Amino acid sequence: MAGGIVSQVSKSGSSDVSPAKPSLWYNPEIRGYVAQAVVAIVLAYLFYEAFHNARDNMLAHHMPTNFNFWNNIAGFDISQTLIYFNASTSTFGRAFFVGLLNTLLVAGLGIVFATILGFIVGIARLSSNWVVAKLALVYVELFRNVPLLLQLLFWYNAVLRPLPSPRQSLALPGGAFLNNRGLILPNPIFSANAIWLWLALALGIAVAYFYRRFARRRQAVTGEPGQVLLVSIAALVGFPVLGYFILGEPMHLTFPVLRGFNFVGGLQVYPEFISLLLGLTIYTATFIAEIVRGGITAVSKGQREAASALGFSHSQSLRLIVVPQAMRVIIPPLTNQFLNLTKNSTLAVAIAYPELAQVFMGTVLNQTGAAVQIVFVTMGVYLAISLITAMIMNVYNKRVALAER
Amino acid sequence: MTQAAFVQQTLREAQPAPRSEVGILATLRKNLFSTPLSGVLTLLGAALVVYIVPGMVRFLFTDAVWSAPDGAKCRVEGAGACWAFIERKLPYLTYGSYPVSQRWRVDVAIVIGAVLILWLLRTTAPRRNLAAGLFFLVYPVLGFFLLHGFPLIGLPVVDTTRWGGIFVTLLMALVGIVFSLPLGIILALGRRSKLPVIRFVCTIFIEFARGVPFITVLFMANTMLPLFVPDAYAPDRLLRPMIGTAIFGAAYMAEVVRGGLQAMPRGQFEGAMAMGLNYTQMMRLIVLPQALVLVIPAIVNSFISQFKDTTLVSIVGIFDFLNTIDAARIDPVWDGPYISTTAYTFAALFYFSFCFSMSRYSQWMERRLAAGRNR
Repeated sequence: MAGGIVSQVSKSGSSDVSPAKPSLWYNPEIRGYVAQAVVAIVLAYLFYEAFHNARDNMLAHHMPTNFNFWNNIAGFDISQTLIYFNASTSTFGRAFFVGLLNTLLVAGLGIVFATILGFIVGIARLSSNWVVAKLALVYVELFRNVPLLLQLLFWYNAVLRPLPSPRQSLALPGGAFLNNRGLILPNPIFSANAIWLWLALALGIAVAYFYRRFARRRQAVTGEPGQVLLVSIAALVGFPVLGYFILGEPMHLTFPVLRGFNFVGGLQVYPEFISLLLGLTIYTATFIAEIVRGGITAVSKGQREAASALGFSHSQSLRLIVVPQAMRVIIPPLTNQFLNLTKNSTLAVAIAYPELAQVFMGTVLNQTGAAVQIVFVTMGVYLAISLITAMIMNVYNKRVALAER
Repeated sequence: MTQAAFVQQTLREAQPAPRSEVGILATLRKNLFSTPLSGVLTLLGAALVVYIVPGMVRFLFTDAVWSAPDGAKCRVEGAGACWAFIERKLPYLTYGSYPVSQRWRVDVAIVIGAVLILWLLRTTAPRRNLAAGLFFLVYPVLGFFLLHGFPLIGLPVVDTTRWGGIFVTLLMALVGIVFSLPLGIILALGRRSKLPVIRFVCTIFIEFARGVPFITVLFMANTMLPLFVPDAYAPDRLLRPMIGTAIFGAAYMAEVVRGGLQAMPRGQFEGAMAMGLNYTQMMRLIVLPQALVLVIPAIVNSFISQFKDTTLVSIVGIFDFLNTIDAARIDPVWDGPYISTTAYTFAALFYFSFCFSMSRYSQWMERRLAAGRNR
């Protein structure tokens, strides 16, 4: 064998004593540097070209190349605003913040509702009850396999828009009305000292939290379980209700009344908002349900068997044994779904709910023509949301990861 | 020795299970009424089904209008879904404004694509390598000339502004699939590369594309791509969202492929290197064939979301299936109370049948792969 190799080396040309010096081309390290340099140069050239072309093209088409438009008067109206916005006095910059807040509003509410619905459906899919499990399966398969945009258009154009006009509104229980201008809810009016009401609620939260800590500690020492749920409900409801009467009813509801062709005195929830929230919730909940189901089945059967051997009831073993362990599997993909929901809220463009993409990348872009700046700023906002969430997730993951010994 | 006690000498006959444990009643009780809560939920679920299903059947089948020249019959009180509308609009929904005399070209392209895809999907089919080569290399070129036109052999050019309908939806999905998989593999390899510059570029690209909504990518492709190149090379309006789709899909595919690469045992890499294979040979012959098979279910799932995402191109003004549905829906000739519902139901059926069958395939594949591993 060895002789064969030696003879091969000698065949390759140079003398028998010193082996041939490999050419630089076959040196992996040098090859690596060359490849990286080529990639870097090509990319730099492409960026340079794109930058120059963009500048030339934008100048040729009289498009703004800076952010001066930010402080110009917007001149258009936005239907739903969380902060003050007026077409003739507010700026494009303010329109950006109106859109951003509307995005955060719909994403925040969507995340809450989708999580609740998703957990219910995910647990229902594992139910021993045949009807419940099958209904959950049908729901998941049906709404997961139809594009979200189609669902949004359906809710908006086929369900909410054809509703009757305000004069023939559908009356809902509790003094609310549903018509083609949206959902009209009773409007809570707060008087000046209503701040104390919020403080009472905060106090309730604090009491519930500290009681829970106290009860846990006592249970660890004496084994005596506390009534955490009861006390929490009492604190969360009791303090605000007590405050409400002590302060002399600082909040009251004004009920919507039909005056002429429209309602006055109510809180109007726009149909665009309802359809977007409905669509995002129903669509995302199907994915969350699958994640929850996967997480629960990932907990080994022995855990549940041990729990029932120790005398835990079904709901106790689910609440105290299975779900806490399943959470470790559930949380990372769940955050992904939260991010997806936030990103999917941009589909509002199709039904004209004034969130960031619709207001800023739609209306503001059309009015100012500053395409490059606006698209990059919009992308930057979502990118920032994604990166911040990813960072928080990494910290959380480190905390809940199994301590390996 | 007297017998001190009675000892059973023979086995006793097995007793039948108690009545409460076998039979239809027991099954029903166990599955539907095991606890009071379960019973209540069963009744609620049954009530929901009784409440929804008969109405749906009436709307979709018995009360539906199956053929009519215009919307008059669908506007009658008590009429259900207006399938006649779908029937009349079907050519438009399928081909958009593609010239009627040239529509056979679309049919041919779809049939060839379907044959190639089925060839690839059937695990027992012969020469699947050939099918992959045809699908990823020959078919896109052939398809382009067939659909866009090649005057030399008598295929007149059809401008992309006239393309539309289901055809464009399938085209978008196909472009997403054909380009995102190879690009995704390259990006995944780049992200795991030992060369810092390449790793950095690929990581930034992947994280950027995954961190932003697809609509912003489409807007970027639509409004900014023409600015980035000299005016003469401004891409076609149908090509722009295709580029956006390919880029966006590639980033997601890269993460799927990376998952497969990470799941490969180190020994495979080391073994390949010990055999004297270089990087390309190692990846092409040893690592990728195994890693890709491992993540087939995830790849199919990625295709499903790409297929659903094709609907977003309607927002940047491409007449895909959803956009033609939305345009047909507001035709005053057919205007009626349930036209929108009918149109969206039909669209939902279309997307559902594609996505559902893909997800079934992915689940089947998953079971097959698991069977191999669980031997």
